[in-house]
Formats: sequence, C-alpha cells, structure tokens
Amino acid sequence: MSMPAETQVAEHTGEHRDYVGAKLGMWIFVFTELILFGGLFVAYGMYRSMHAHEFHKASGELNITLGVINTLVLLTSSLTMVLSIVAIRLQRKRQSMIFLASTMLLGAVFLVNKVFEWTAKIHHGIYPGSEHLMARPPGERLFFGLYFGMTGLHGLHVTVGVVVMSVMLALVARDKIRHDDYIKLENTGLYWHLVDIIWIFLLPLFYLAA
Amino acid sequence: MQQKAESPHIVGYATFIKVWIALVVLTGVLVGLSVTHRPNLAVLGLLFITPTKASLVLFYFMHLKYESAALKFMASAAIAALIIFITLTFSDYLFR
Repeated sequence: MSMPAETQVAEHTGEHRDYVGAKLGMWIFVFTELILFGGLFVAYGMYRSMHAHEFHKASGELNITLGVINTLVLLTSSLTMVLSIVAIRLQRKRQSMIFLASTMLLGAVFLVNKVFEWTAKIHHGIYPGSEHLMARPPGERLFFGLYFGMTGLHGLHVTVGVVVMSVMLALVARDKIRHDDYIKLENTGLYWHLVDIIWIFLLPLFYLAA
Repeated sequence: MQQKAESPHIVGYATFIKVWIALVVLTGVLVGLSVTHRPNLAVLGLLFITPTKASLVLFYFMHLKYESAALKFMASAAIAALIIFITLTFSDYLFR
C-alpha cells in the first residue's frame, strides 16, 4: 500500500488506475459545460435587459406548474444519484442499482414532461421560425428562441445522462463498478448534478420571470 | 486496493437527504417570492436563492466540499472566469 494514491495498480488484475486523474478530467469537462451554458445565460441577460417588457410578457405564457414539477423531479434525481454512489461505496450493490434505476426513471419523467410542454407550445404555433411567432414583437421572438434553444440543449444533456446511466447500471450489475472501483459512477454523478445546476438557473429565468 | 486511502470521506445518506430537503424548501421559497407580484422580491430570490441552491449541489452532491484544495481552486477559477465574462459583457452594454 505504499504506492502513490493517484496511480494505483489493482493487485488482482494488474490493471492501471488513475482515480484522481479520472476525476480531474471530468471536472475539467464540467467547467467547459459551465462556460457553454454561461454564454447562453449572458445572451439571455443581454436580450432581457434590451426587451424587459416583452420577456416579462412572454414568460407569462410558460407553465409554471410544469416547470416546478420538473425542478422537483430533477432535484430528487440528483439525490438518488448521489445515494447510488454512497451505496456502492458501502458495498450495497442492490441498493445502488435501485437508486441508479430511480435516477434514470426520474430523468425520463423530466423528458416526458418536457415533451408535453413543447408539444403544447408547438400546438399553439409557438416554435422557432413559426408564422405566429414571427408576427410577434422581437423581444418575444428572442425569448422563445432562447427558451427552445436553452431548454433543448439542456434536454439533450438529460437524454445523454440517461443513456450513460443505463451503461453504468450494466457495469454495476457485472461488478465492473465496485466499492473499490467506482470512479465511472462518480463521474456520471458529476455530470448529472451539473445538468441539475443548469436547470436550477433555467427555472427562475424562464418560468418565474413573469 | 483500497479506494478509501484516496478519498477517505464517505458521507452518509442522512446528509444528502438533508441537503435535498433544503433544496426543495428553497425552491418553494423561490416560487413563493415570484408569485407575490413584487418584482424586487423576485429579483432578490433570483440573486440569492438560486446561487445558494447551486452551491448546495456543487458542495454536497458534487462532493466539492470534501475535495482537495487544488480542485477547489480550479472550480473557483472556472466560476471567476464566468463572472468576468458576465461583468465585462454587461459593463460594455450599460456604458455604451
């Protein structure tokens, strides 16, 4: 056990592991995501200060209830994600799998809600480039453009998260992720929490802005 | 191989459940403030409650509280960069 912590070699397989490096790499990816969404938030802030009244009016058309439900769904999914990691570290494989599957399920619920929300908007003729929307003032067009762009990019991240989690679930089932080798699950968690943080900012900016 | 040697801190279920309760309560307060139809309160909510919620996720769920000083420094540098972008953009817009 005298080897440096960050570059250990598993005794039974001879496999090389770099726990600290793997985690650091994931954090650096998280930072790039932060800057990506940060740019969009800056765009939102700028356009909102230029068209305060129209943003205010357009925001009133979003369904607050659906927005809040999706917030609770995503916050709870973050909890089950982190509990799944604690469980695997405590060698409770079954519990870890149940928590991970619950996280996937909640992610799917979020997406289904999103589909309902978008479908209703599209049904009312509100989608980027639609005749109905193009006839409205520039500020409202910008609001809905940012709404579809930012919640769409976020929804894409949720979808990717659910797919990655399904892979992790299989890895836990096959003991490829264990109490002594769980960095893949931990990094999945980092990604999922980032997706949660972005939604934490999207809720007040879009749904509660009226 | 003992992973424990690398990250000794296993935070129990209870801590995370408490953090989740705090997040749900803060969401309730945020929504409550926004439906009072008093713009000042809603802006206050946006400026203070939202970053608090994000910090709770960052420090507890993302484990940043228990990470090395180097990682904490990197995270603050990334957030500082973001704040600089936002400040520069808005100062340009406001004093144009």
